Amino acid sequence: MSMQDTLDTASRKLLERAAPGRVDFENLVVVPLFAVVAALILGALTMLATSVEPATIGRSYLALLQGSVGSLAAISETLTAAAPLILAGLGLALGFRAGLFNIGAEGQILMGGMAAVICGFSFSHLPFAVLMPLCVISGGAAGAFYASIAGWLRAATGAHEVITTIMLNMISYRLVDYMLRLPWVQRPGRADPISQSVPPNAELPALLQWLDPNLRLHAGIFLTLLAVVVVYWLLFRTKLGFEFRASGASPEAARYAGMRASLIIVLAMATAGMLAGLAGANQVLGVLGRASPGFSAGIGFDAIAVALLGRSHPVGVLFAGLLFGALEAGGRQMQVDAGVSIDLIGIIQALIIVFIAAPLLVRALFPWGFRRPDSGDGRS
Amino acid sequence: MISDYRRAALALAVGLGLALPAHAFTACQVTDVGGIDDNSFNQTAWQGVLDAQDQLGIDARFLESQAETDYEANINSLLGGDCDVIFTIGFLLGDATQAAAEANPDQMFSIVDFAYDPPLPNVLAQVYATDEAAFLAGYLAAGMTETGVLGVFGGINIPPVTIFMDGFAYGVAHYNAQKGTDITVLGWDPETREGLFTNNFDSLDDGRAFAQNLYDEGADIVLPVAGPVGLGSAALANELGAEELMIIGVDADLYQTDPERGHVYLTSIVKRMDRTVFEVIETAMDGAFEGGVIVGSLENGGVDLAPFHDFAGAVPQELQDELAQIRAGITDGSIPVGGE
Repeated sequence: MSMQDTLDTASRKLLERAAPGRVDFENLVVVPLFAVVAALILGALTMLATSVEPATIGRSYLALLQGSVGSLAAISETLTAAAPLILAGLGLALGFRAGLFNIGAEGQILMGGMAAVICGFSFSHLPFAVLMPLCVISGGAAGAFYASIAGWLRAATGAHEVITTIMLNMISYRLVDYMLRLPWVQRPGRADPISQSVPPNAELPALLQWLDPNLRLHAGIFLTLLAVVVVYWLLFRTKLGFEFRASGASPEAARYAGMRASLIIVLAMATAGMLAGLAGANQVLGVLGRASPGFSAGIGFDAIAVALLGRSHPVGVLFAGLLFGALEAGGRQMQVDAGVSIDLIGIIQALIIVFIAAPLLVRALFPWGFRRPDSGDGRS
Repeated sequence: MISDYRRAALALAVGLGLALPAHAFTACQVTDVGGIDDNSFNQTAWQGVLDAQDQLGIDARFLESQAETDYEANINSLLGGDCDVIFTIGFLLGDATQAAAEANPDQMFSIVDFAYDPPLPNVLAQVYATDEAAFLAGYLAAGMTETGVLGVFGGINIPPVTIFMDGFAYGVAHYNAQKGTDITVLGWDPETREGLFTNNFDSLDDGRAFAQNLYDEGADIVLPVAGPVGLGSAALANELGAEELMIIGVDADLYQTDPERGHVYLTSIVKRMDRTVFEVIETAMDGAFEGGVIVGSLENGGVDLAPFHDFAGAVPQELQDELAQIRAGITDGSIPVGGE
C-alpha cells in the first residue's frame, strides 16, 4: 500500500467521523434500496433463463406490486405477514447489537406460540381484557426463557450461541410435536398433532373484518409498532441498551469498563427471545387460532435476513420487515396472476440478502448512487 | 335502497355478460405443502383441472402452499371473483376452507379428503373409500412377501392417511386368516391407532430413512403413505434392487409418474382425485353445483389398484384370481374391509 493510499484511507476515516449522517444514510438507505433493485433485475434474468416470456415477467412484477400494496386486501396481507417478521427481527437485531448471533428465533417462536395457545384455551373463562394480554405476555415469557438457556450456556460455559440455538431449534420442533399430542393440548377428536383452538376472547382482534371478512389484519400490528419504539428506546436511550451495544462493539472494553458480561449476554438473549416469543404469540393469537407442527413456518430464519437488511436498527428492521411482508403477499399474487413459481420469490429474497451482505458489490454495481470516496471535497 | 343498487348492478352485469363474449370458466387450486409436482397427491388433483382445461376449455390457476400458515392466505388471494370454483387439496386445509366458505357464501369450493358435518352449502367435499383399494394391496403384498414382514408408514396421523394403513393391515389380516399364515405388518396398529409417521408431507430424506428402518427390520415391501415422501423410499429401493425391497405407491400410479424408478413399484393404490375434480368442474359448469359429498370407491372407480406393470409376470395367476374375487366381494359388501 502506497503512502498515497494510506493517506486516502486515513482522510476517508476522518471524513466519515466528521460526516456520519451521509455515511449512515448511504449504508442504511441507499445500499438496501439498490440491493432490492439489483435483486429484482437478477430475478427477471432468472425468469428469462428459465424461459419465461418477457411479457409474463412484466406481468409478474406488476402482480408483485398489486399483491403487496395495490389494494386494501393487499396491504392487509403485507402487514399481516410483516408483523411476526418485524417482531422476531427486532429480537435478532438486538442480539446482533450485543454481539450475539442468535439463530434460535424459530424455536423461540414455537415456544412462545405454544405458551400463548395453552394460555388461551386453559383460561378461556377469563374476560378478553385480562386473557388476551396474559397470553401475549406468556408467549413473550416462554420465548425469553427458551432463549436464555442458550444465553446461560454461553455465559457459564462459553458454548457458542450459534450452535446451541440451532440445537435448541431442533429440540423445539420435537417438543412441539410431543406437546401437541398431549391429551390436554390436542384437539378432541383428532389423532394428528394439532392443538385446541384459541377462544375468541384470547385472540388479537381483527381490525378490518367489519369491512370485509377476508381481511386478516389484526391488533398484532400495534404490538409490533410498540415493540419497534420500545426496542429503539431500550437500545439507544437506556443504560442497559448502552451496555448491550458496548459489549457488542468490544467485549473486552466493556468488561474493563466494569460491565458484567455474563449477565448482559443472558439479558440480551432473553430480550431477543421475548421478542421472538411475541412473534409466535402474534401468529397463533392473531392469524392461526391454533398450533400445529411447523406453525413457525420459517419466520425465525427469514427474520435473520430482516435484521441484517435492517442493519440491526429498529427502524431499519421495521422497513425490512415490511419489504419481506410485501414480497410474501405479492409473491402469492405473482403465482396467481402470472403463474410464476413461488420459489422465485425465495430466490429474489435470497438475492437481496446477498447484495445487502456485500455492500461493496452494490457500490461497484451502482457507482453513481454513492458519493465517490476519493473525490472528498469535504463539503458535506 | 341497497337492493336497488344491487338490482342495478345485476342488470349491468347481465348486460355486460350479453355484450361481451362469455368469460371462460376458471378453476383454481390451493395445494398442500407437497407442491403441485409431487408425483402423487397434489399432482393427481391438479391433473383433474388440467384434463378439464383440455377437454372443457376452462382456465386454470394454482397456488402452492409452502407452510401450513399459507393455507388461509392462499385461499384469500384466490377470492375476489376470478375463480368460479376453488379446490383445496387436503385434510389439513379443512379449517381454512371452512372459514373461507363461511365468509364467502357465494363462492363455490371443493375440498379433497375432508367432509363437513353438517355439510356446508357451498362446499362439495371429495372423499375416498381408500381402504377398499388398500385392502387389495395388503392382500397382494401378503401374497408376494418373501420375508413375511411388511412395512407401512404415514405422513401425519390424519384419517385420509390412516385409511390407507387400515385397509392395508386388514388386507394382510384377511390373507393370514385365509391361508393360516403369520405375516406381520410393521408401522401401523389399526386397533391402537398408533404407528410410524414422518409428521410431514415433504421430506424425501425421511422417506428414505423410514424405509431403511423398516427394511432393516425385515420388511421387503413397504407402503409409504405420505405423498412425495414416498419418492425417498423408492430411491432406496432403487439402490437396493426390487428383489430386496418393493414399494407400493399411493394416490397416483407411481409407475407412470415416477418412471425412472418404475421398476420398484409393485403396484399403486390409486385415488382418482383427477376424476372427482373433473366431475366437480363439470357439475359446476352445468350450474348443478351444490354442497355435499362425493365418495370415490372401488365400485365407481374412484379408488383402485394400479396395474402391476413390470411385476405382471411375477404375481402368480392364483393370487391374481383371488384378488379379483376379493374385489367382487368388497363391491358387493360380502367382504368387510374394516377388519373382521
